[in-house]
Order: sequence, then C-alpha cells, then structure tokens
Amino acid sequence: MHKLLTDQPGATMVLLGNEAIARGAIEAGVAVATTYPGTPSSEISLNFFQISQESSLYFEYSTNEKVSLEVAAATANSGVRSMCVMKHVGLNVAADALMTLAYVGVKGGLVILTADDPFMFSSQNEQDNRYYGKLSGLAILEPSSVEEAKNMIPYAFELSEALQEPVIFRTTTRINHSTAPVTLGIIRERVCRGDFIKDPFNYVTVPAVSRKLHVKLLANLEKAAERSEVSPYNFISGKGAWGIICNGVSFAYLSDAIRDLDIQDKVKLLRIGFSHPLPQKMIKGFLGSCEKVLVVEEGEPYMEEAVKAFAQEAGLTLPINGKGKDLFSRLYEFNPRMVRQVVAAYFGVPCKLEPMVDLSNIPEIPQRPPNLCAGCSHRATFYAVKKAAEGLSTIYPTDIGCYTLGFLPPLGMGDFLICMGSSAGTSCGFSKVTDKKVVSFIGDSTFFHSGIPGLVNAVFNNHNFTFVILDNGITAMTGHQPNPGVDMGLMNLQGYGQISIEAVVRALGVPHVAVIQPYKVKKSIETLREAFNFKGVSVVIAQEMCTLYAKGFKKTKSRAYYVSDKCRNHRDCISQLACPAFFLDAEKVKIDPVMCAGCAVCAQICPENAILPVKA
Amino acid sequence: MSDITRLIIVAVGGQGNLLASSVLGEAALLAGIPLRMSEIHGMAQRGGVVESALVFGNAQSTIISDGEADVLVGFEPSETLRALNKCNARTVVITNLSPLPPFTVAIGKGVYPDITELQQLIRAKTARLIALNAVDLAKTAGNVLSVNMVLLGALIQTGILPVTADHVKTAIRTKTKAAFVEINTRAFDLGVTAASQQ
Repeated sequence: MHKLLTDQPGATMVLLGNEAIARGAIEAGVAVATTYPGTPSSEISLNFFQISQESSLYFEYSTNEKVSLEVAAATANSGVRSMCVMKHVGLNVAADALMTLAYVGVKGGLVILTADDPFMFSSQNEQDNRYYGKLSGLAILEPSSVEEAKNMIPYAFELSEALQEPVIFRTTTRINHSTAPVTLGIIRERVCRGDFIKDPFNYVTVPAVSRKLHVKLLANLEKAAERSEVSPYNFISGKGAWGIICNGVSFAYLSDAIRDLDIQDKVKLLRIGFSHPLPQKMIKGFLGSCEKVLVVEEGEPYMEEAVKAFAQEAGLTLPINGKGKDLFSRLYEFNPRMVRQVVAAYFGVPCKLEPMVDLSNIPEIPQRPPNLCAGCSHRATFYAVKKAAEGLSTIYPTDIGCYTLGFLPPLGMGDFLICMGSSAGTSCGFSKVTDKKVVSFIGDSTFFHSGIPGLVNAVFNNHNFTFVILDNGITAMTGHQPNPGVDMGLMNLQGYGQISIEAVVRALGVPHVAVIQPYKVKKSIETLREAFNFKGVSVVIAQEMCTLYAKGFKKTKSRAYYVSDKCRNHRDCISQLACPAFFLDAEKVKIDPVMCAGCAVCAQICPENAILPVKA
Repeated sequence: MSDITRLIIVAVGGQGNLLASSVLGEAALLAGIPLRMSEIHGMAQRGGVVESALVFGNAQSTIISDGEADVLVGFEPSETLRALNKCNARTVVITNLSPLPPFTVAIGKGVYPDITELQQLIRAKTARLIALNAVDLAKTAGNVLSVNMVLLGALIQTGILPVTADHVKTAIRTKTKAAFVEINTRAFDLGVTAASQQ
C-alpha cells in the first residue's frame, strides 16, 4: 500500500512537504487530481499518480496547465472534490481558465496549488503568485511549514465549498522540499462520481451572464473576507509594542529569530496564512496596538502595500516597513540569519552574529554546472545541428527541458528562451526580421504542452525556419512523467492513447518533414543539412529514448567504449561533445566505463577512429 | 541556540547524500530529537551539486544560513571547500578526500584545487577537520557506493549530533536495502574508527 494511504490517525510520519500536501488531499477525500509537472511541485503529482494506480483516485498528467485546470473545473462543477497542481509559471498558462472560472465558481471543492520558486532554483522567473488572488478575486492560503501544509489542505477544500469558488494554495520551494514529522489525520471517504446540473444562464459566460456572475464573485469575495478575519490560519502570537506581520516560511525564520534575540516580551507576531483577502479588521487592530511594524514576506511587497493602506484608512501613522534599503529585498529567498539581522536592526536590539569564515584566500573552485547525461541523445542532436550549420550564421531559439542545458559551452546551442513553447513562436519572429538561419529546439512534452500552436502559426504565415523536435519519449527534466507521445505500455499501464509527433507535424501541413536517429551522426548531419536548405517551415524529429529512462528498462546498449592507443590527443570528443563520461588521466582522454551509455557518438567523430567498444 | 545543531551535507549527484539524510532523519526520530531538513536536488541526476540542510533540536527553520553550520560533511573535497561559506571558526568539517573533478576541469574551464592545500585551508579556518578517503574505506567494506555510510560513521564519532551510533545503525537497517545492510553497517563502523584516529 502507498504510504500516504496509511489509515492511522495520530501516527507520526516523516514526510517531504510535497508528500504532506498529497496526504492532506487524501485526508480531504480528493477524488480527481490533474497536473502538468513542474518543479518544485512535481512530487505532489508523482504521489497522486502512484496512489491512483491502487485506489479510486482519478489522476492525470494533462497536456498543459490550462487543460489541467479545465478538466478540474468540470469535475468540481460536477460536485467532485478536485485538485489541480502546477508550478508558479504554470498558473500563467492556466490564467485564462482561472479568471473566468472565478466568475463561474464551483460546486465541489477545487484547490489549485501553485508552487512558487523564490531564488529560481529551477525556474525561469520568481514571480509572486499571491497577485493572482487579487487579479482573480479568489481566496489564497499559504502554509508556513510542512505540517501546516498537510493540515491546511482539508481546510482549503472546506473553504472552497463554503465559498463555492476555487481556492488557490500557494507554496514556495522551501515548503515543497523540506522534510519534517507530520501527524496523520482522519481520511475522509472519497466520493468519485458526481453530476452536472444544467444551468446555462450561470455557466455559459456570454456577456449578459458574466455581468451577473461578476456581481456574484464580488459577493463571494466579501464572504471570503469575513472568513479571513476568523481563520485559524491568521493568528497573533507574543506580546509587546513592536509588531511583525509575516507569511510563509518567514514565520519559521522569525520564530527562531525572536527566540535568539530574546525579544519574546517585546514583539507581537501576526502570521498571515489566509492571504487573500487579507483580514483587514484584524490587521487594523494589530496596527493600533503597535508602535512600529515590520512586514516580513519573500517576493513582492504584497502585504506591505495593503497594510500601509489599512493604516491610512484607520488614521494610524506608525512606521510600517518591509522592503527597502537595509530592510528586505524583493529578490530571491530569505534565510534565518538575514531575518534575524533585519529584525534586530529595525527594532534596535543587539544581534550577535557568528563571524563568517574568511573566503578571500580560497582558490577559485571549478564550477559544477548540471550537464546533459552521458549518452544523452540531445547532445548527439546538438552536435549534428552544429556540424550541419557550419558556415551559416544562425539563431537557436530553445525551449524548456533537459535540452535547455545545451546552451552551456561547449555545445552552445540555445540563444533565446522565455517560456514553455516559445521556441516555435520566437522562431517566426526571428526569421521574419533577420537574415540569419533560425534553427529551434523543443522537447516532446513541451511540443504537446504549447509548441503546436507556434508551429501552426509558422505553417499558416509561411515562416522560414527549421524546428528540431527532440523526442526522447518521456518528460525527462521533471523526473520521467508521461506525456501524450509516451508509450504507456512500457510502464505497464493500459487504457491510454499515444500520439505520433510525426503524424501531427505532417497533418499540420509542414512542407518538409524528416526523422533522424541522432546516434547515427553522419546520416543525421545530412538530413539536417537538407532541412536547413529548405525555404519555408522544416521539421526534423530526433527520436531516441532518454538514456536515464531507458536504463530503467535495461534498454541501453550495454557495451561501453574506451579510448585505444590510436588516440593522438586531438580531444575532439571531449572538447566538442563534453560528455561527462570523459575524464583526463595524465593529459590523456579516458572514458568511465560505468558512466558510458554506449551511444558511440564519440567513436563516430574521433578523427583517428581511436574510440572502440570494450570487448565482452 | 545551544540546543540546536545545524548540519550541512554537500555531495555530487549520485553519491547517496539523500539516503544519508534519510538515515539521519530516521535516527533522530528514534532518538526523539526534533529534526527538520531541506534539500535542493532538482538537478541531482544531471551531475550537479546536492545540498542538504539538517536542523536538529527546537528550531522552526529548515535551512542554514552562511556562517551558521555546526558541522559540514562534504562527500567530495572541492565541494567541501565550496561550502566553506556555511562555516564559522567553531564548525567541525568532515570531508572525503577522493576527488570527483567536475566536467569543467576536463574541458579546461578551471583547475581542480590541490588536495593538501585544500585541507590546510579548511583546517586554518575551522575548529577541526576530519579528512578521510571514504572511497577506499567503502571498498574495504565491500561496496564503493557506501561512501555515504563511511561519512555518517565519521560524523557520529564526533559526538556533535544528538543521535547515537546505535540509533544510526538501527536506521541503516530500516532505511537501506536489505542486501546492503551488512556492508553499510561495516562502512559506518570503518568511518567511526577512521575518525577516532584523527
């Protein structure tokens, strides 16, 4: 049995934040869960995926976040408790659905989890998704710890049903990827079947209906504000004339800081866990009892600006600060020392800080950036593209996935990236106004997620570029999740369709389509060269299974390669491919036989033919 | 702050850092010591650095700021040096001495630090350095992959953490694969002995 299905209320289990969130949903009786995977939220969905294989929970990896939310919008409006999980930028993709779903509302509880990523450990931006609460008019809940995240999920479902609106559940990486003991609660029975009662004058959002629904949304927002005032997740602790207002992980850093600074008797802490709508009366009362207030929140001054407005309305003139010089930054994530320092400086109390080690005479340590795996087929494709494009002046728009790492030297394949699917759309623009050859890269999952509309646009508007689809048969970057092109039979799962990327591309009317097997270097280069010479939209699909994923099925070519005595130390292999299986030993290139995946790409490019298979 | 012990573990993806953290998590549960952890492991499988923070005792924070680690365990010598920003003059450092040069060295983008100089630098800046060849000890134990258990042994020997060798050995039995329990336990003991001789 999956450990998160353990039916032992009161028992303690050490859980990752994302496991705790999934457990919270199980306790809430969630019956439908949908997602598009994205770090730091991915393990929530992975647990749902596993649980769905041994219970009545319906779970799906949807094509993208918008579709994911639409699926959940329908199941929730059929009265079934549903959850939709995504990373913060995923909510941008789902925003079109979100904004009007807020007008329509829900019948069964719907919790939309957005995992923000301050410091951008694995994201392209660090946007603060609390603003989606204001933008959409929906309630937002934010936990401060792993334990609280689990407990808050059932509350989120109840709130959603009470308000008849979706609830946004916002986490940050340090909640998702922290581990702590969690006390298990009672598992509510899962109700999987619902019904949809026709009511087009409340469900079909033509202007006349939406004008009425907006009134309803504002009324619901009022109700949410009343609940925020009495929510157990907005609370005050401590006593004194100094005030601190905080949310999320900052609460943990502040709890430690207040104890370390020994100011328990001087400072009151208002922890906001229900952050949209903010508890206006509660905050005004808190401000009225303080001489000076510090707002501690990672990201944007979302609460600070609201708190200052509340003070103005209440006629209060006490100092209120948060972001600014010598205070907190809008950049990156906070840490305990930083919070302790700012609190001490703001309230004028001494702060003993352990002096840091002097790093001035530490030699420069070589960087250890993440790298494409040994035998990764993307490396082979990048090499072939580079060779085929020799002599051409190029622009390489890229996309989001493992292959984004190809932008690093020595491959250097990646010139522009803004979001999922942007390789296709931006290629249209670059090829229109520059005289360079545009060759763009997109992975299989990203192609299905949002690459197709860009390609449709290219065909319709007759743009001129080569679109290389790196099809490694799985969503590799986030941990090998399925996508619509994946053979689910390999996972021993039945009842799924499988969509051929080649068939889609041909059906769109792309005038030049070719398929390569990137481990066949020479043939790949020739095929790519033909595509580059074609005027108009050309698509090259590079098909080879992700080596890491293939290892799980023992589908890798088992024979490793070695560098024989014929080597004349040209080092083309190491300097052009940068496969991590290479290393230098006494200035000679060697291949780590454990790492080598046997792709033989290096053997094909060695000018001396010195790289040979290890004899069995 | 005295009842709180802060431990940073740095490793290269694939060295078994996350399993070591999980064993310590279980050991803390057995010892009845509150423990919170956080990990940055997004790119572990792509050869990047994996960092775990483990906070033992009554703290709420799950991460450790620069200069605030009580113990630093480095599974790879250049990564131990890179993580020195987490240390202060009272920090105890434990490092494996067997290098895994990053790929950037192989393509001429950087020079791997001299191992002797590296140890002198760490020794000069921190309270104590325990340096051992964990790869050799793991091989002696029977499996090169039990480097993590050797380093756990050295860590427990220092007595800095509020968990005992028995707690950890029990955790090794429940958290590591049955086929490797014997080797892992032996590796742990070799780490304890090696650290006690320094």
